[in-house]
Amino acid sequence: MSDAPALVELRGISKSYGGVHALKDVSFAIRKASVHALVGENGAGKSTIVKTLTGVIHADEGQIVIDGEAASIPDPPAAYRLGILAMYQEPTVFQDLTVAENVFAGRHPRTRAGTVDWSTIRRRAKQLLGELGADFGPDRPVRGLGVADRQLLEIAKALSSEARLLIMDEPTAALSPPEVERLFDIVRGLKERGVSIVFISHRLEEVEAISDTVTILRDGTHVATRPTAGLPRSEMVQLMVGRSLDQLFPKEEAEIGDVVLRAEGLGRRGVFADVSFEIRRGEIVGLAGFVGAGRTEVARALFGIDRLDAGKVSIDGRGFRPRSPRKALRRGLAYLPEDRLTQGLIQPLSISTNTSLAVLPELTPLGFLRPRAERALARRFMEQLRIRAFGPSQVVRSLSGGNQQKVVLSKWLAAEPRILILDEPTHGVDVGTKADVHRTISHLAAQGLSILLISSELPEILGMSDRVLVMREGRLVAEIGRADATQERVVAAAAGIAEAA
Amino acid sequence: MTAGMLTGRMRVSTDTIFRLRELGIFAALMFCLLFFGVKANNFLTVTNWQDIGTDVAIVAAVAVGETMVVLTRNIDLSVGSIIGLTAYISSNTLQHHHHASLVVIALLAMGVGLLCGLGNGILVALGRIPAIIATLATLAIYRGILFEITNGQNVLASNLPQNFLNLSSRNFAGIPSLAWMAIVVAAFGAALLRWVPWARDFYAIGSNPDAARFTGIPVARRLVAAFMLSGLLAGLGGFMFAARFAGVDATSANGYEFLIVTAVVIGGVNVFGGSGTVLGAMLGAVLVATINDGFTLMRFSQFWQEFFQGAAIVVAVTVDAIMFRKLQDVLRRRRRPELANVGGRR
Repeated sequence: MSDAPALVELRGISKSYGGVHALKDVSFAIRKASVHALVGENGAGKSTIVKTLTGVIHADEGQIVIDGEAASIPDPPAAYRLGILAMYQEPTVFQDLTVAENVFAGRHPRTRAGTVDWSTIRRRAKQLLGELGADFGPDRPVRGLGVADRQLLEIAKALSSEARLLIMDEPTAALSPPEVERLFDIVRGLKERGVSIVFISHRLEEVEAISDTVTILRDGTHVATRPTAGLPRSEMVQLMVGRSLDQLFPKEEAEIGDVVLRAEGLGRRGVFADVSFEIRRGEIVGLAGFVGAGRTEVARALFGIDRLDAGKVSIDGRGFRPRSPRKALRRGLAYLPEDRLTQGLIQPLSISTNTSLAVLPELTPLGFLRPRAERALARRFMEQLRIRAFGPSQVVRSLSGGNQQKVVLSKWLAAEPRILILDEPTHGVDVGTKADVHRTISHLAAQGLSILLISSELPEILGMSDRVLVMREGRLVAEIGRADATQERVVAAAAGIAEAA
Repeated sequence: MTAGMLTGRMRVSTDTIFRLRELGIFAALMFCLLFFGVKANNFLTVTNWQDIGTDVAIVAAVAVGETMVVLTRNIDLSVGSIIGLTAYISSNTLQHHHHASLVVIALLAMGVGLLCGLGNGILVALGRIPAIIATLATLAIYRGILFEITNGQNVLASNLPQNFLNLSSRNFAGIPSLAWMAIVVAAFGAALLRWVPWARDFYAIGSNPDAARFTGIPVARRLVAAFMLSGLLAGLGGFMFAARFAGVDATSANGYEFLIVTAVVIGGVNVFGGSGTVLGAMLGAVLVATINDGFTLMRFSQFWQEFFQGAAIVVAVTVDAIMFRKLQDVLRRRRRPELANVGGRR
């Protein structure tokens, strides 16, 4: 198997964003009819490789060789024509169209008259869905399908075309264990048909179970490509991390005080139920669980973005009904959203404008903005959070991802909140920035802030939190103190596996 | 098999919600018929319905093209100006060439409309100017061109050939000829959206523009096509306008874009793209024309006529929003049925 010829070869691929290297001279080969795992921490460069292969971005240097010939992939349609397909974490489907049409969107089969051949579309979609063991029909609209079902749909799409390389980016993140098993069966079936699969997952046991070859990336560099069989998990971890956990997460000791926020029996119909917890002064509470477990939804409801259907919240012992973000801010609650680029920042404006957004009333005593106070505020946070920029007037769009994240953080810190909800605060930032963000979080807690930290990165949760809450399928399933919190315990709770003693 | 039964039942309910939209307009239409039938004199007469049919024909034909554009998550505000421009070109050509074939004149109007649509498409798809701004600009530009070529003149009905003037008053099988034209256009539009692969892409583009691009759909080309169709049908609308009103000047069909967008929106074509049908838009056009006709017969003032048109838009969009939220709610519950009744029933 390992001497099968290469389908895709990356040769010396480099890519940088505004001086930060996302990929540095990465070379490896993906063999035909094999499952090739890509592992590495967040920010290691996995998604940059995916984007390069699918034509979303272009490498600064290096070459992609397909079937022994240099290939150029200028845009996603070109990748599609080469038989390279990617399934993203959140499947990209057409909500308004039926399942069957989604499978063939953009390349409808035609009758001899050149019209859309609906009977073929329905028949082939039905057949493909049957092969994949889907329990939904071809005629229903996609709107309302769950993540697992939409993934099946994406796979059906890939099967219906001449896919030669299927990239699965964290396909199991939102799946339950039986769904993962079913997905693996499908992946093995695809391999038998001669399709190569790039499999990206944070769960190393899945990598061991499904992949033939592993490529390990760290900070944008290629560390190793080896057969999975000869690579013990411990060694994989060592290669991925390359450093010990303590270095990564410098947690300051904080004095833990009274309960600041108490949530009792929170629920939102069809999303989460019976969520109760409390956060104390100076405490960092980690909220762990797989994507789709309902963590972000709880945070959004607390902050007044989505409506709560059940439950009570109190801040400092006084009742609080989350109705709008504005009200939440006034009670000292701030929320740093997961998708910082769309929800957290106004891209075309400057750092200082963005920083002052949540505190404008304080900066406009007579109805006129005081620009000097605004700039001073921005400078204070630029220093405190080490934001790399020319000055407060630099436009946010031109900053790197990590620095943008810090600007969002300053925006909320400027409001001087007492409870801060952080949703994936280091998603997609480089290692250096990550350490800065962690240092800041820890420092804020030491100053008496209460923090709810939502993260999919276990090391981050374990390193930062005083207490870890675990959610699964819309419910809080475990609460683990810092001393007892291990990777295994948290994963077991999140996956609903009874703990092995 | 309780789980299977459960999802089966829920599936029915979402399908019903999708279909309810057209049923809703139909119900509103029935209500209007009843109301005006009782309240307004001469409402339920054949001649009145032939009048309504002729009135609605122009709006309906152009609304078919507008539907295509709105499906792609865009809008074409320039249709009123294109109707005016092509109406003048049609009647002006005819007053100088009395024996010209009406088919040729119609093709000329559609050709001019097609060029106007091409202009819109290029601005939106290649110039990346938001459609609402681009077509607002061409609304003024095409109207300006019309002012320039009319040079203050207008075409009088007395200068037009009789066969053209007869067009709007003739009936076939009791249905006015202009209404027949609209019916043919609607059937053509519905067939296009159902059976022609590239027109099918309009739904995909409006539903998720990024995914459409990733799927390899040539989005820019499709957008140009949608705007060209809208222009083409606005050109046909101009020809029909000239036949209907005989006299044409530089201000003809001013504000028609309002009637057309109203018909499309009331007809349930989602202004955020991706869903809607020609049938819905047609029902919307008929509803608007019926309300106007009924109010005129009941001698309501212009104020109340316009007021109710505006109110109808608000009602239609509100109903859409409420139904969409209900739908989301149903689907959300289906995702985790075991959490469906958190906080009690509502």
